[in-house]
Amino acid sequence: MTRPYDIATRHRAAGRIARAPDGAMAAGQADLTGTAPLLRVEGLTKRYGTRIGCADVGFDLWPGEVMGIVGESGSGKSTLLNCLAGHLPPDSGQVLFDTRTGGLKDTVTMSEPERRMLGRTDWAFVHQHARDGLRMNVSAGGNVGERLMAVGARHYGTIREAAIDWLGRVEIGADRVDDRPTAFSGGMQQRLQIARNLVTGPRLVFMDEPTGGLDVSVQARLLDLLRGLVREMGLSAIIVTHDLAVVRLLADRLMVMKDGHVVESGLTDQVLDDPQHAYTQLLVSSVLQV
Amino acid sequence: MTDQAYNFAYLDEQTKRMIRRAILKGVAIPGYQVPFASREMPMPYGWGTGGVQVSAATLTPEDTFKVIDQGADDTTNAVSIRKFFERTAGVATTEETARATVIQTRHRIPEEPLTEEQVLVYQVPIPEPLRFLEPSEIETRKMHALEEYGLMHVKLYEDIARHGQIATSYAYPVKVEGRYVMDPSPIPKFDNPKMSDNPAIQLFGAGREQRIYALPPYTQVVSLDFEDHPFDPSKADAPCDLCGAEDSYLDEVIIDDAGGRMFVCSDTDYCRARRASGHVGAKGVAEDAA
Repeated sequence: MTRPYDIATRHRAAGRIARAPDGAMAAGQADLTGTAPLLRVEGLTKRYGTRIGCADVGFDLWPGEVMGIVGESGSGKSTLLNCLAGHLPPDSGQVLFDTRTGGLKDTVTMSEPERRMLGRTDWAFVHQHARDGLRMNVSAGGNVGERLMAVGARHYGTIREAAIDWLGRVEIGADRVDDRPTAFSGGMQQRLQIARNLVTGPRLVFMDEPTGGLDVSVQARLLDLLRGLVREMGLSAIIVTHDLAVVRLLADRLMVMKDGHVVESGLTDQVLDDPQHAYTQLLVSSVLQV
Repeated sequence: MTDQAYNFAYLDEQTKRMIRRAILKGVAIPGYQVPFASREMPMPYGWGTGGVQVSAATLTPEDTFKVIDQGADDTTNAVSIRKFFERTAGVATTEETARATVIQTRHRIPEEPLTEEQVLVYQVPIPEPLRFLEPSEIETRKMHALEEYGLMHVKLYEDIARHGQIATSYAYPVKVEGRYVMDPSPIPKFDNPKMSDNPAIQLFGAGREQRIYALPPYTQVVSLDFEDHPFDPSKADAPCDLCGAEDSYLDEVIIDDAGGRMFVCSDTDYCRARRASGHVGAKGVAEDAA
């Protein structure tokens, strides 16, 4: 059996330590001393009939913090992410999000319009396959502009400017603004998906295997870009992946899942360098060395 | 002569009752698509089965019925539907807009202003304005319910990005009373302003898609647009070659193999009435002589 973690205490320390050497993160650090977490998850459980999707997951995520969730296929990490993002209704538990107006609010019990509103303003969801997150028959500019129009932007010139600005930030040339994503490479599609998600300035980004299916050099550039954006915008993020290198690079904190349960969590470097749980040890030692 | 083998207006009374209920609901919630149990009609889908069912449920023995197809009273679709009701309902028919009490139309609104005494029945192929943007019916109904109409503007954005202007020229999406986004059926956008604040009852029937929706008299109907690209109800920039009308919607007709062409009113009754009262267009006399 796993020793239960006092996650709340542990990660708070983790956040401070992780930020301390990084001078550029002064703002994020100030947030960490704030009173409320951005996201508080308590006892989240999702079953598929008698099978467990994920069971009794709980953690706090603080503003500016990036958390990684790792585990093998079928460990429940995607189920967990979908429950957090409101795509799946959990069977029990709470997902409390620090809304701009009402403070901490349970997104599981909040009304659907409210939750969908969060989904296109304060939240962003980056799918593993860009095709799931993009409209493939709409131009790049339209894809980026959609969220703006969804929150009421009705000035073509302004929308287009914002779209071109965001394409630039994810290293897509302004001359590609009217091309459809079908004409883009896999890496570009993924970057377009990120631009489309970040254009409304979300505070929390959910990412499901953002680098899956990309070759390593494209992966590296994407990770670099993501790291820059997360730092620059002070984003909080939850990244689901099975790639330990990705979490090493991006995540401050790490949760390891196995069979629907969280078996270990803590500082990324700590967990990866000194894994305690047998499964984590297996996971870490299974990484191929180049 | 009424064909005694049929109930009045072809449909049985229970079916008409069901359709009238759908119509009443549609009138009560302007722009909302009411599902109804569409019947097989003795004509193929796409030939106005929805409009015919709405007309059948609307007609009374005292009504005078008019059918237009793209504005014309003498095309196949218009003639066959008019004959259908002459035979199954025995109602009086007319080609004069002013004399008709029920007008079934395919893709036009008559040029002559309608009155409170009249009902305009539209044939609708695809009632869902969001259909080509969002293929899932479950999702589009949710979007209507939650008033999430950002996607509609993505379509208009795409138009401007690709063509420099809103190139949608028919089935131009409208917003009804500030609430539901509605497909006006494939009428030219030139006709859109006529829908708003119209004294007549406007009913829409989609047979294959099994939807009925409605605009009660004097309903506000606004065509969607961008602040910097306002709605423009365009038409061919020419007068009618037969009657000289400058304010009517025109068809362009190729008249020989040498590229010769002429513009004529698409509303045949309007054109005839103008010529009868002495208006002559550039090619009007020659046409009449032939």
